[in-house]
Amino acid sequence: MKYEAVIGLEIHSELKTNTKIFCGCATTFGAEQNTHVCPVCLGLPGVLPVINRRVVEFAIKAGLALNCTINKFSKFDRKNYYYPDLPKNFQTSQYDLPIAEHGYVDIETEEGKKRIRITRIHMEEDAGKLVHSGATIKDSAASNVDYNRTGVPLIEIVSEPDMRTPQEARAYMEKIKSILEYIDVSNCRMEEGNLRADLNVSLRPAGTDTLGTKAEMKNINSFKAVEDALTYEIERQEEVLEDGGHIVQETRTWDPARGITLSMRTKETAQDYRYMPEPDLVPIITTDEEIQSYKDGLPELPDARQARLEKDYGLSSYDAGIITSSRDMAEYFDAVIAEGADAKLAANWMMGDLSKNLNQEGKTIAESPVDAKRLGSMIRLIEKGTISSKIGKEVFKTMWESGDDPEKIIKDKGLVQITDTKELESVVDGVIAANPKPVADFKSGNKKAIGALVGQVMKATQGKANPQLVNQLLAKKLAE
Amino acid sequence: MKLYAKPAHELHEMLLKKEVSAAEITKDVLARMDETEDKVHAYITETREAAIQAAAAADEKLARGERIAYFEGIPGAIKDNICTKGIKTTCASRMLENFIPPYDATVMKHLAAENPVILGKLNMDEFAMGGSTENSAFHDTRNPWNTECVPGGSSGGSAASVAAGSAVWALGSDTGGSIRQPASFCGVVGMKPTYGRVSRYGLVAFASSLDQIGPVTRDVTDAAHLLQVIAGHDEYDSTSSASEVPDYAEALREDVKGLKIGVPKEYFVKGMDAEVEESVRAAIKKFESLGADVQEISLPHTEYAISVYYLIAPAEAATNLERYDGVSYGARVDGADVVEMMTKTRSEKFGEEVKRRILIGNYALSAGYYDAYYLKALKVRRLIKEDYDKAFRTVDVIVAPTAPTPAYKIGEMTNDPLKMYLQDVYTVPLNLAGLPGISLPCGYSQAKMPIGLQIIGKPLDEATVLRAAYTYEQSQTFCREMADMGVKA
Repeated sequence: MKYEAVIGLEIHSELKTNTKIFCGCATTFGAEQNTHVCPVCLGLPGVLPVINRRVVEFAIKAGLALNCTINKFSKFDRKNYYYPDLPKNFQTSQYDLPIAEHGYVDIETEEGKKRIRITRIHMEEDAGKLVHSGATIKDSAASNVDYNRTGVPLIEIVSEPDMRTPQEARAYMEKIKSILEYIDVSNCRMEEGNLRADLNVSLRPAGTDTLGTKAEMKNINSFKAVEDALTYEIERQEEVLEDGGHIVQETRTWDPARGITLSMRTKETAQDYRYMPEPDLVPIITTDEEIQSYKDGLPELPDARQARLEKDYGLSSYDAGIITSSRDMAEYFDAVIAEGADAKLAANWMMGDLSKNLNQEGKTIAESPVDAKRLGSMIRLIEKGTISSKIGKEVFKTMWESGDDPEKIIKDKGLVQITDTKELESVVDGVIAANPKPVADFKSGNKKAIGALVGQVMKATQGKANPQLVNQLLAKKLAE
Repeated sequence: MKLYAKPAHELHEMLLKKEVSAAEITKDVLARMDETEDKVHAYITETREAAIQAAAAADEKLARGERIAYFEGIPGAIKDNICTKGIKTTCASRMLENFIPPYDATVMKHLAAENPVILGKLNMDEFAMGGSTENSAFHDTRNPWNTECVPGGSSGGSAASVAAGSAVWALGSDTGGSIRQPASFCGVVGMKPTYGRVSRYGLVAFASSLDQIGPVTRDVTDAAHLLQVIAGHDEYDSTSSASEVPDYAEALREDVKGLKIGVPKEYFVKGMDAEVEESVRAAIKKFESLGADVQEISLPHTEYAISVYYLIAPAEAATNLERYDGVSYGARVDGADVVEMMTKTRSEKFGEEVKRRILIGNYALSAGYYDAYYLKALKVRRLIKEDYDKAFRTVDVIVAPTAPTPAYKIGEMTNDPLKMYLQDVYTVPLNLAGLPGISLPCGYSQAKMPIGLQIIGKPLDEATVLRAAYTYEQSQTFCREMADMGVKA
């Protein structure tokens, strides 16, 4: 029996507002425990929430960037459940009137572009963090609660179950991350928990359209884990069904160390959240004018940007995709081009040496010691022939370490390319004289032997000889 | 007349004229507290030291010739569900037995500008749930007019202390009548403002869409001034009104000529308490003699108000009280795991009535029942409000009894919660509709137990309510009478 996987994602993204959703506490990550708290986000007796308007603005922008309809009348609801990281034992969230609905994103798959529909986007508050005394909750005698994170604003983006493979799920999440960064509503730093996903997956016989029983995996916080967890879970469910068993509707955890999903304790009945309209907050009313103003303020989004790079600069779809995968990278590219550099060279250098060095040092492009201006200048110098691209690698390395301008580095190190024919001729003569065997090989028909001679010329000139000119001169001399 | 028996405005005049010092006033009220507390038990926490210091500070200001505020140096007390920074705030519950808030309610900040003398925190029904203060986890409060009777609730301590003279003024809270009904039972003045007129920030929530803080005082003049201090927009309360606060003192004039007063026909039914009916009808006649234009009105959805209230209030309360789980606030019963800890803590630290209402509330919100109960109640709430909207197109204020009976005996209603709920019939509609209402004394039963008259106004029209109340009050002597309590004055 061939099964089809049906996958839906609920993505939680922290919004990068300065303060929390219902109070004035700071939202910055990594503060000392329980220092970004106040009576309101601690849920003390008698406190009341006050909506941070910036949260609404960011949520609407996310809705617009994800092609949703904005609900002009929206409200908050209490989602009731008990857990020690939730001080009020209810989460102020949105139930039946979320801020945005019915959107979509397009992702690239092996079969081409695919549209993943978004059911809804809603605002809610984050919970605190439990710090267990032992390594895991099971090994702990006690737990402490750090409330810094309670009240940090989140948006939850719920997809339709439109994905069919773990790769599609990953691509979808990467796209969402990219768009949220582009519109500057989230830092999307997954290692800080800014972006997390709940994965829902079920199987059904291929060709049918009734949904099977789904399993849920919560709080997945890396792209790799999304792919790995889904891959494993699909296999697991397939095995169960092939053996004639049933899938239990349950929440499972992903154990990355062992590469398996594990059942969490199943409840007999589904959790009843007893949603109730939040009486302490008034409804959110948004006008058409406000929506239009937010729409007008959106930057060029990744898909549009990618299309433009392909069209205007002839970049390949692959290259344009990488360059536009983050807003910082796309803007860096624009700045490099603004220096007059060639688009394809710019793309190559960015995807090559620049990315390699950034990854090695764990830096983001915004933290690059080589700024776009300098890279652009360097590429111009290569285009002009002042240096070869091989020398360019050395210049790049020095720029990275020293922060100097490429012109200064070239001057200081004397790296200007040798293009003087007379100067090169004498070197070429010397190399031919000193290397009879490759010369003989070449003359007897092994054209590849010229490579060794080119190498010798480059060595003799400390790599500064213009390679094309060297090839020309050697060819001419050997033909004599 | 002793100092403890005078209203704040008279004491203020005496301070200005240097006829008496703030220290003397506080000393006198504290002495009265000593005399009455072992019978009345209005207080949970006393803050005598701070009170004496505050009185001394007021006297120093007076000595320097500085201006003092209306309530400066005048002793009052606060219902124990209003957060007072550094002072235990228990809500009369074992769950918050040792809770000391690290912050002040907004109304306390407003009050602080007046430099009053705060004597302590007052007893109440646990988490404001009840109509007799018998649901306090600590002790009963007794009615100063007859200490075998209840003072009403949930602001029983507020009304009893003002009636006994162990506070000159008090703050209470009103969700379904919890200021007005005890005021009626204890023969004092109690007012619930329009929903949103006074900030709820710092009021430990019972039912978020119904709760309001309000004044409990000796007379209407004090109520107007105390309301003036605590009213106003609060940026910490999203439900607080941004509407400007008028000068309530201007409302204190005797003038009801041409005032259109509505009398709801649904409120005067066969079988109602004869003494209550007699006193209230006499008050209505008095209004007529003073020039008011009294007309019958209809509030057809009156019969649903209790049911609607007892679905909405418990539902909101159930969610508001979820935070009390043994993790914080000091009250914890250990269990094998966190679920057991939470379950045991809530079972043991909450009283019966609180648990009853949480169960009702969760039932009304639960899957499969939400539409039939909670949602339906919200819809009928709208109809109740529309009854008032319609009535207020033809009348300016509405008068009614405050409570269906005078104060009953301790223990009389505790076996029949439903019977106790039905006591709220005249008061809950205002909370549902968000309207302002005042209760003031309008007579006595044969047993010399006070009976209260309720005056209800349009949203944010406290001024007209106060004017009608003041005019009526000035035409009789009920407000000037205090329970003698059999205590040597």
